[in-house]
Amino acid sequence: MEKQKKTLVIGVIGADVHAVGNQILYHAFTDAGFNVINLGVMVSQEEFINAAIETNADAIVVSSLYGQGELDCRGLREKCDEAGLEHILLYVGGNIVIGKQPFEEVEKRFKAMGFDRSFPPGTAPEVDIAYLKEDLHVED
Amino acid sequence: MKPVLLIDFGSTYTKVTAVDVDAPRLLGTANSYTTVETDINNGLADALCKLEAQTGKLDFCARYACSSAAGGLRMLASGLVPELTAEAAKTASLGAGAKVLKTYSFKLNEDDADEIKELDPDIFLLVGGTDGGNTETIIHNAKVIADIGGSYPVILAGNRNAARTCAKLLEGREVHITENVMPSFNVLNTEPVQKEIREVFLNRIIQAKGLSKAAELINGIMMPTPSAVMAAIKLLAEGTENQKGIGDLVAVDVGGATTDVYSVAEGLPDDPRTALRGIPEPYVKRTVEGDIGMRYSIRGIIEAAGLKKTAQIADLSEERLSEIVELFATHTDMLPFDDETQRADEALASMAVRVAMTRHAGRLSEIFGLGGLQLIQTGKNLLNVDRFIVTGGSLIHTEHTGRIASYGFFDEEDPGSLKPKSCTVLVDRSYIIAAMGLLSQYYPEAALTILKEELVKDDGTK
Repeated sequence: MEKQKKTLVIGVIGADVHAVGNQILYHAFTDAGFNVINLGVMVSQEEFINAAIETNADAIVVSSLYGQGELDCRGLREKCDEAGLEHILLYVGGNIVIGKQPFEEVEKRFKAMGFDRSFPPGTAPEVDIAYLKEDLHVED
Repeated sequence: MKPVLLIDFGSTYTKVTAVDVDAPRLLGTANSYTTVETDINNGLADALCKLEAQTGKLDFCARYACSSAAGGLRMLASGLVPELTAEAAKTASLGAGAKVLKTYSFKLNEDDADEIKELDPDIFLLVGGTDGGNTETIIHNAKVIADIGGSYPVILAGNRNAARTCAKLLEGREVHITENVMPSFNVLNTEPVQKEIREVFLNRIIQAKGLSKAAELINGIMMPTPSAVMAAIKLLAEGTENQKGIGDLVAVDVGGATTDVYSVAEGLPDDPRTALRGIPEPYVKRTVEGDIGMRYSIRGIIEAAGLKKTAQIADLSEERLSEIVELFATHTDMLPFDDETQRADEALASMAVRVAMTRHAGRLSEIFGLGGLQLIQTGKNLLNVDRFIVTGGSLIHTEHTGRIASYGFFDEEDPGSLKPKSCTVLVDRSYIIAAMGLLSQYYPEAALTILKEELVKDDGTK
């Protein structure tokens, strides 16, 4: 509600129903002073974008736990551009690819897909929060 | 005896209903043909004359009226995202009894501006952005509306952070600022905007529609006719302090130009593991199908349901059905005159009910993920609703109302559509639902008793 707070849209993309991590992120981000729009699980790209438009969000934080994240996330940046959200920050985190792959390569691929930052499994919320504050110029 | 008169000023008919609120019982109904051009008071006097010919002279202790005259309460709305604030604006307007001519999304462009000027609505509802969210679009749209000019009032129910800026852009116009219809993401807040719509209707529209002279003769024109219908069905479902209601229900009104569907039900999923998608659904929901009607919009029925399917149900050749459709479309006052036109009329009504109910009801879809089968519901689940009310001229005068209504039930061929599984069909044979909605504002007990008495099962029993 207060505009000085930065607005984040969060959710678990695709057909993924892993609810717990997303709920933890919701509480962690809210406690860190963000205005968080939590879309829950099984969220489509369009739902992320629609929510971001109406709420004038500053960032979309996508979670994916079931290995299909790479497929689910493809095209999200292009759709954001199409919807007038050219400048929105895009983060992704979780088990975002299948199997064990060196994370540097995964990060590179997601960077190429337009994601500003990606996070490997087991990342603590504090890490995301620190980057969010840095990227959105939030002073403590 | 304590007689009360209820009047419905329609576009083509003025309908009067007399009740005794002491008994309570229905005394009689009558109607009279009126046009926008003729004085609406002549129609009223004429209808009253016909009524008193049946009932004898009545000394009414009160007269109340609702109106859908001159095209009803014609509204335009603009929101931001089609599935979010634009949908919320439409839902709220329909719930206030308006006729929503069009809903715009995102920024209005030059073509939209021309169209809005052409349509010249009774009210423009401007929304968009959650509170603290997007302000750019609603401000842009306010500027477009200001530039178009016109005398209709504008209701602002969007992002509160943009309200003052929008009002300033619209300076010189009648502007009503109210709470955001979607204050935070996916939260619906329809009541404040509906209250504003009602007030504009009472203060302005009645004068504008040439009803003010009639208004002097009666205690008040209280609401648009669809609002009266909603009030009646809500009362019928919920009951009053002293009388039980009949529970969740669906009501369908197939008219000449549009088909209205109402549902009173929470509509939540049967299986709690089902994920809900889309904006929250109102407990009393109204949808209007502008392309589905028995005369002016008869081609829309064929377009939506298919000529082949409709011809099969009518047991007519596709050629013959097409001819009849064209005949009815060009002669909008024509009634079926032989066996073939009767069968066509009933088949078309059946398809109108099916299409309108399918659009009104929610949908259940299945997704196979890694976690197995996942169910997703959008809209209202009406599977367990067991009362189906039928009203409107085209359905209450045929003998086969029950058969026609059953086309609005759950259909094995389309199992994802959450329409009622099995229902008792209740027919509004005396066409009194709107009148009872009006009456319920003052005499809810009497209105409910009369509704229960007058809505009859398809076979004529109660």
